[in-house]
Amino acid sequence: MLKVIASYATYNILGLAHGSRLADAVEFFIYDTIKIFLLLAAIIFAVSVIRSYFPPERTKKILSHKKEFIGNVMASLLGIVTPFCSCSAVPLFIGFVEAGVPLGVTFSFLISSPMVNEVAVVLLWGLFGWRIAAIYISAGLLVAMLGGFIIGKLKLEKWVQDYVYKLHFDGAAEAAKQPFKERILYARRNTADILKRVWLFVLIAIGIGGFIHGYAPQDFLVRYAGPHNPFAVPVAVLIGVPLYSNAAGVIPIVYALMEKGLSTGTVLAFMMSVTALSLPEMIILRKVLKVQLLIVFTAIMTVTIIAVGYLFNAIL
Amino acid sequence: MEIKVLGPGCPNCRKMEEIVKKAINEMGVDAKLEKVSDIAEIMKYTMSTPGLVINGKLKHSGKPLPPIEKIKALIKEEIGQ
Repeated sequence: MLKVIASYATYNILGLAHGSRLADAVEFFIYDTIKIFLLLAAIIFAVSVIRSYFPPERTKKILSHKKEFIGNVMASLLGIVTPFCSCSAVPLFIGFVEAGVPLGVTFSFLISSPMVNEVAVVLLWGLFGWRIAAIYISAGLLVAMLGGFIIGKLKLEKWVQDYVYKLHFDGAAEAAKQPFKERILYARRNTADILKRVWLFVLIAIGIGGFIHGYAPQDFLVRYAGPHNPFAVPVAVLIGVPLYSNAAGVIPIVYALMEKGLSTGTVLAFMMSVTALSLPEMIILRKVLKVQLLIVFTAIMTVTIIAVGYLFNAIL
Repeated sequence: MEIKVLGPGCPNCRKMEEIVKKAINEMGVDAKLEKVSDIAEIMKYTMSTPGLVINGKLKHSGKPLPPIEKIKALIKEEIGQ
């Protein structure tokens, strides 16, 4: 069905000649664009409806006084569905700690939330297939669980800013029950909101796929960061750590790197390091964490992401 | 009427403040608008910013931002009481 629309647009509306390289690229571009935007709209909408059942107040309650490990697992999973924007990181962190969510469990949530989300998953699915998307989700969850678990085991509560433990609240208002119609409206607004923010990046990524596809020269990137270089993963991750972007923004680069022949594990590790760790996030978290904990957090994340990158290069 | 916009200073919070300002002006209501960026103060109401508090009651929190019509409706709700 989509194929028919794409080829009709290419040959009948745009009038391109059959079999030319340009026509192939245009047809591919139109087909992928329609497919990925339909996927995005459908999945973001569905996730938004689920999301409306998990406001941060509820997640906080679920995670409060959870044991380690099981708490880390649940926090990583809830990170996918609980809405949270990086500017809310500070109130969220304080709220969690205050409610008795263990430090390591709080970190599992903070790590998973920006890294594993529906936009990342749909884009990977649409551009590279469901296998890569599934690998990314499991890798992201693994990093979040492991990172949070290690931080919990190290007992670093002393490196949280002292004032965090001094704040007390009479329990912020429980989120009101909303009728289903409200949830649908919320989901529609949220979908429109996200699409408005990501559409350009998505088009660029698809454009790279459509027009560079086949033209990509085997250049120096592959020589230095290709499958034969044992240090490809750490190099990619170290480049990605200071960079900051959401999942949609990094997707065009991810596509280009895949096209250039970098290994899947290397590219996914790069993507994780860009979305999970960044300078602006550090500056925000500095308000609640002492420098020592920030350094430990960054180090643990870097090492875990590198390990996951190697793991996937080894098994794929 | 007292209206507070809660947010530590992210782009969304600033946008929220603008929309609320616009809503107040268009409705011509007599309201005092305050931007709250102190974390302890924000957390009395919510964990997810941006937040909107009217007469001490939390009316909205988190993303996505409510459309201006929704904000006007929330203000009207408070006037009616």
